[in-house]
Amino acid sequence: MADADITEFDVVIIGGGPAGLAAGLYAARGRHRSLLLEKGVIGGQIALTELVENYPGIPSINGFDLAQAMHKQAEDHGLETRYEDVVGIEKSDRKWRISIADGEILTKALILTAGAEYDKLGVPGEERLIGKGVSYCATCDAAFFKGQEVVVVGGGDAALDEGLFTTRFADKVTIIHRRDQLRASRILQDRAFANDKIDFLWNTVVTEIVGGDQVEEVKLKHVETGEESTLSTAAVFVFIGQHPNSDFLGEFVETDARGHVLVDDWMKTELPGLFAAGDVRQNSARQVASSVGDGVTAAIAADHYISDAFPD
Amino acid sequence: MAKPSDVTDGEWEAEVLNSDKPVLVDFWAPWCGPCRMVAPIVEELAGEYEGKAKFLKLNTDDNIETASRYGIRSIPTIMVFNKGEPVDQVIGFRPKGDLKKSLDKAFA
Repeated sequence: MADADITEFDVVIIGGGPAGLAAGLYAARGRHRSLLLEKGVIGGQIALTELVENYPGIPSINGFDLAQAMHKQAEDHGLETRYEDVVGIEKSDRKWRISIADGEILTKALILTAGAEYDKLGVPGEERLIGKGVSYCATCDAAFFKGQEVVVVGGGDAALDEGLFTTRFADKVTIIHRRDQLRASRILQDRAFANDKIDFLWNTVVTEIVGGDQVEEVKLKHVETGEESTLSTAAVFVFIGQHPNSDFLGEFVETDARGHVLVDDWMKTELPGLFAAGDVRQNSARQVASSVGDGVTAAIAADHYISDAFPD
Repeated sequence: MAKPSDVTDGEWEAEVLNSDKPVLVDFWAPWCGPCRMVAPIVEELAGEYEGKAKFLKLNTDDNIETASRYGIRSIPTIMVFNKGEPVDQVIGFRPKGDLKKSLDKAFA
């Protein structure tokens, strides 16, 4: 590949969620030539979050708006952004070489903030009916189910948050959870239990999603008795957890069994110049505020690394 | 005129079904964050395909009839029409290359 196709940066950040945006702000303010690579939507998971109410200093804000504000702030300080999928990463002499669709990028320090993606149920009918009633984003799709009955699968914060949001449109929301108690925070549990439109089905799993052009019903199984049943529904909103977006990293960086990148307290991986922050790393608290903190830590560590490894 | 223009339930037949050029329709709503990310990409494509294809956006809150006629249950959804027939559909936010591929099916 010709040199003209290679662009050089001091810091490249892969993933434009809160961790990446915070890292980008600090890297750019540190006068490093900094690039953010994002394959989809700026904000990552929070771009799909209706309300962020636990980011200190901001009582309540739409997640997409918060992400846009973070992005603008970082760009105002000099962060560059490209909307590209990363095809490959390799060490090139002392720098990192990143392959994208139409070229290559060289960087002194590389910060991985690729975040996490929702888990799917993995049941028959699910893939085929995505966008036809199966959804992983209530804030995107709930409005299409005005006056209808829908189900939400899961028992964590996301399930309750999105279930509560869905009650603005649907007449009835059934939350299906495989255990007999919720993992979600108390405040969300209190709100869900107090909501007349929300019902719970405990110790129950979805075994199949049935429908022609649209979702029509779910097949259910009680995890203790094994009893099977069906429930008519117009939509299935799935919030059962998430997995780190680390597949594109291949084998070269150490991860745990679920794919979370291993880092130290400074977000350093075992490889010099490679950092990981936010939901993609092991033991992330998976909050906007903690991811922002991670991103800042990684950017400061990257700054120190560049000063030491590239003193000229 | 590169910017996609609004289309309504009432104008659907004339603007989309009876169009002599391929049509890309961006189904969106004001409350949908990812839709705000798709809009600038659709605008860029509208510039690149100026004269070759028509670019429209339909607000699903105000135009329920068309949205339900095509079974739209998730936005953003991009649909491509040729000679009044849907030729492809892209659900959710996708990079520009994917939308281009989808639109090019109308020229195949």
